[in-house]
Amino acid sequence: MVVTGPFSSGKTEFISSISEIDVVKTERSISSEAESKVKSETTVAMDFGRITVDDDLVLYLFGTPGQRRFDFMWEILAEGMLGFIVMVDSTKPETFREAKSILETFRAYAPTPFVVAANKQDLKDAWTIDDLRIALRIEDGVKLLPCVANDKESVKNVLLELLYSILEEMEKTS
Amino acid sequence: MPLQGNLRDFSTTQLLNLINLAGKTGTLVIFEGIKTNEKDAIGNIKQVAGAERARVAFKIGKLIGAQLGAQDGNLVSVLNKAGKLTDDQARIIRERAKNTSDKALALLLINANYVSQRDIVASVQQHTLDVVYNLLTWIEGPFRFEDNLLPSGDRILVPIDLENVIIEGARRIREIEQLTAHLPNLDMALKFPENPREKFKGIHLSVEEWRVVSFVNPRNTIRQIAKANNMSEIEIRRIVFGLEQAGLVEIVPPPGAIASPRTAPGGAASPQQVRAPNVERSVVERIINRLRSNG
Repeated sequence: MVVTGPFSSGKTEFISSISEIDVVKTERSISSEAESKVKSETTVAMDFGRITVDDDLVLYLFGTPGQRRFDFMWEILAEGMLGFIVMVDSTKPETFREAKSILETFRAYAPTPFVVAANKQDLKDAWTIDDLRIALRIEDGVKLLPCVANDKESVKNVLLELLYSILEEMEKTS
Repeated sequence: MPLQGNLRDFSTTQLLNLINLAGKTGTLVIFEGIKTNEKDAIGNIKQVAGAERARVAFKIGKLIGAQLGAQDGNLVSVLNKAGKLTDDQARIIRERAKNTSDKALALLLINANYVSQRDIVASVQQHTLDVVYNLLTWIEGPFRFEDNLLPSGDRILVPIDLENVIIEGARRIREIEQLTAHLPNLDMALKFPENPREKFKGIHLSVEEWRVVSFVNPRNTIRQIAKANNMSEIEIRRIVFGLEQAGLVEIVPPPGAIASPRTAPGGAASPQQVRAPNVERSVVERIINRLRSNG
């Protein structure tokens, strides 16, 4: 599964909350002055988390780098993905356009199921789910889920909803 | 939870669309942006809310009232602006009815045959639309939507469907974009064509157009002319466009200026489709069970 979204939307935190191993982070100090004010390090290749299902099945979670200059990595990560999660920071309307653009890019890569996770819903400045759906122009059939990326239960719920969508898609095509 | 942000990230048209679709009730307040030393998540300079620029009220997704920060939006001013009351009438009514609410004043004016109810509704509606069409052209400034906050009960509120406002707003924005594309650089200057006297014969110009014409000189940039006449960029673009189309002025670079080439808009490369995995249903069910059991 691929976890994507704009810079600082909470992708690394999302994977860290659920992964059974310490997330293999490929973070580097931020070079851009503007971005360094938002956070000190960012993912430059991919984050990598793992959930062992049983002896012969492992679920891998890949977090994409958020900045456009690393978008050559996106296609590599999209290859063979079961589904994808688009993270949106609900408190930063300046990133909504970018989130929508990333969503459309990944949608074009592969016709796999996806969900949108509205992160930071625990903060007082967060836009509501209903408002986000209209702002991001997300169709009614697409799941837009409240999320708090550092809360394991919340992350688990987002992953389960994506898996349910994958099952539904399999039923449709079988 | 509040709906807040900056118009540069989420335009007024998008906001109106959201309010319409969500059937919201409340007041949208737009502020002057005061720049800070911080930058936001995409590198723009962060702005905090300064003085209030406009206030627009909505009830169940319909526009019901609007007011610009510095404008006196009371009924007398609205009727005066609409030409339903003369300046003298407006002055006298203001003096005599200082503490009268808009609704009570409306009744008095109708009973005294100054105006009809239809005049009042049409004038208030037009005032609201003027304000909203004005703020549709604003491209930045912090905003905040205050849920369930409505104007005081003594104001006259006329519900207006937002669909038409959004369509008209989008048309005006398109016009602005076309004008901007036609005249991207306001640091160009204007000059009269050959035989200007012939061209101006029988032409009726508005006061605003004459004000621009009086400054036509290759040494004056269009931006300077706008500043001298206290005109916005859109107003000056619209007037210059009209004058140029009528062949009354020509756009020329000011002395010493080098014309910059117009860059073509770049398009993002469309991504190629990648291979989707062939996964069995039982695999997905096993993952679901694993997450459900202990996460």
